[in-house]
Amino acid sequence: MSEPVLKAEGLTRQLSGDVPVTLVQDVDIEIGRGEFVAITGPSGSGKSSLLYLLGLLDKPTGGKLWLEGSEVSSLTEEQLADLRLSHLGFVFQSNFLLPEFSARENVEIPIRRLGRSSENEARARALGLLKDLGLEAQVEKLPHQMSGGQAQRVAIARSLANNPAVILADEPTGNLDTVSSAIVRDILKKLAREKGRTVVVVTHDLGFAAECDRRIQIVDGRISPLA
Amino acid sequence: MPLFLNIALRHLLARRRQTLVSLMGIALGTAFFLGISAMMQGSESDFIHRLIDNSPHIIIQDEYRNSQIQPVARLYPDAVVQMHRVKPETETRGIRNYKQDLDYLRRLPGLQASPMLQGQGLLSFAGKDMGLSLNGMIPKDIETVSTIGQYMVDGSIKDLVEDPDGIIIGTELARVLSLERGEAITVSAATGQSHAFKILGIFHTGRAAFDETEVFLSLKRTQALLDRPNRANAIVVKLADPYQAQTVAAQVEAHVGYKSVSWQEASEDILSTLALRNIIMYSVVSAVLVVAAFGIYNVISTVVMEKQRDIAILKSMGFHADDVLQIFLLQGIILGISGCALGLPMGTAIMCALGRLTFKFPGTSQLTQMPIDWGWKQFAIAGSFAFVAAVGAAVLPARKAAQLKPVDILRGGGM
Repeated sequence: MSEPVLKAEGLTRQLSGDVPVTLVQDVDIEIGRGEFVAITGPSGSGKSSLLYLLGLLDKPTGGKLWLEGSEVSSLTEEQLADLRLSHLGFVFQSNFLLPEFSARENVEIPIRRLGRSSENEARARALGLLKDLGLEAQVEKLPHQMSGGQAQRVAIARSLANNPAVILADEPTGNLDTVSSAIVRDILKKLAREKGRTVVVVTHDLGFAAECDRRIQIVDGRISPLA
Repeated sequence: MPLFLNIALRHLLARRRQTLVSLMGIALGTAFFLGISAMMQGSESDFIHRLIDNSPHIIIQDEYRNSQIQPVARLYPDAVVQMHRVKPETETRGIRNYKQDLDYLRRLPGLQASPMLQGQGLLSFAGKDMGLSLNGMIPKDIETVSTIGQYMVDGSIKDLVEDPDGIIIGTELARVLSLERGEAITVSAATGQSHAFKILGIFHTGRAAFDETEVFLSLKRTQALLDRPNRANAIVVKLADPYQAQTVAAQVEAHVGYKSVSWQEASEDILSTLALRNIIMYSVVSAVLVVAAFGIYNVISTVVMEKQRDIAILKSMGFHADDVLQIFLLQGIILGISGCALGLPMGTAIMCALGRLTFKFPGTSQLTQMPIDWGWKQFAIAGSFAFVAAVGAAVLPARKAAQLKPVDILRGGGM
């Protein structure tokens, strides 16, 4: 495998309190460029917590993490935010689109925040991404005017807005019907296989996990060997 | 449109009704601030205007501010000196060499000065005795150093220039003694001197006591009546810029040695009361804006509470804490600017309406207009206070939003 896009060594996340709670413990992981990886495990096992650590949304209390070869565990909140903006894309179980903005505007927001494109360029890129995902007819619709599947595809388009190296998806099909779920799975698969993006998916759906290149099983916050 | 401004606007527009209510709070607060301050400022300016008009800007009196040190005390400053059988020099009261002082004063720019001899007189007429305050002045100077000419209702001050045996009296005195212009009255003084004067004019200032007791007559005749030839016990000064009175008074006092009292010093107690009244007024009106600011705090706090999920997703996308802070501060700025934009014209309308109000006070036939005064300063104070209140109200919720950790919301927690 070439140099990993994401690499973790002894990654640990503990919540402090009267009774400390360990969410993720001593996780070693390497995810290569273009890999399509599923993280599975029972509810409360720490899958999402691991994804938040890999997505730089949460800071580990132990261990080290590398993104595209750079050690990121000790970066400041602002530096982590900059990395999330330019290197990472997120898709959540709920689409989490901003309700006052149209599909196109939702996709434009991260592009405009990055500040490397003009308003017209941002608009063109957002329209292109929405078109690629079959949403030409929905570009000016508000989130509540779209179906769950369409809104989730807009969320995927938004995650791709700044051409990130890694897409992190937390139960992206969890709220969708079978048809929409299949479409979303297909899009994520294509992103990895055809566009060469690294896709890390947290899922309960073992069928979906089986379609991935690799499956990582988490039990009680630790990587557990697959049965 | 800039991204943060766009997001801030959409947040506010999503809660139109609540936004409008808080906006109106700021707008009305600003408008009332302007209206009330214009009234207070107007009444203060009117009062000061009357004060400046109706009293000398500076009056040089025939007394010293500090008692003079005896020569022996000056010689032995650290000793205890006891003297016996000291007989104080009998001195005729009045300003010595007042003509030289007048020459000096008249050389100063923007200044008019005239000597005056004030004293008490008695008018006996038709069996009634009336005490009078005699104001002996150089007739041709009366109109340059006083405003009494503006209050003439019958006759003219100029007549006194032509007839030094004339007298100008007030309407109250004329009414009490049934006097009319052209009639002769005899005024006597404590010196035993008396003189017959012809009434050349009648004034009405509206102040009953003044109109009843003050009379204006020639300086020469007053000196004769009071048996104080070539004496003046005051020099009245009018300035082109009355607000320079304190500085000029100090300069004059340093030169002539006599106590020079500016109108500000003479009315210190009233001016302090006005300053105190202004503090109370601005505090009360500011309180209106502070209450309005709570409306803005409420709106932005509600938006922050409702938009936790959106804030989390913005931060997960890569927005910094400062970006989120800016978005919510912008909401305060938008409300502040919009509140000012609505409130300032509303305030102007209120001020115009108040300026048109007229009153008729009992006992007067004239309509009195509500004194209103406004200037750029009031607009600046009202606008900036409203703006600061609105932005200040946004600070706390904006900081709360900025501190939100996206992972806490994504895990299903809250703030």
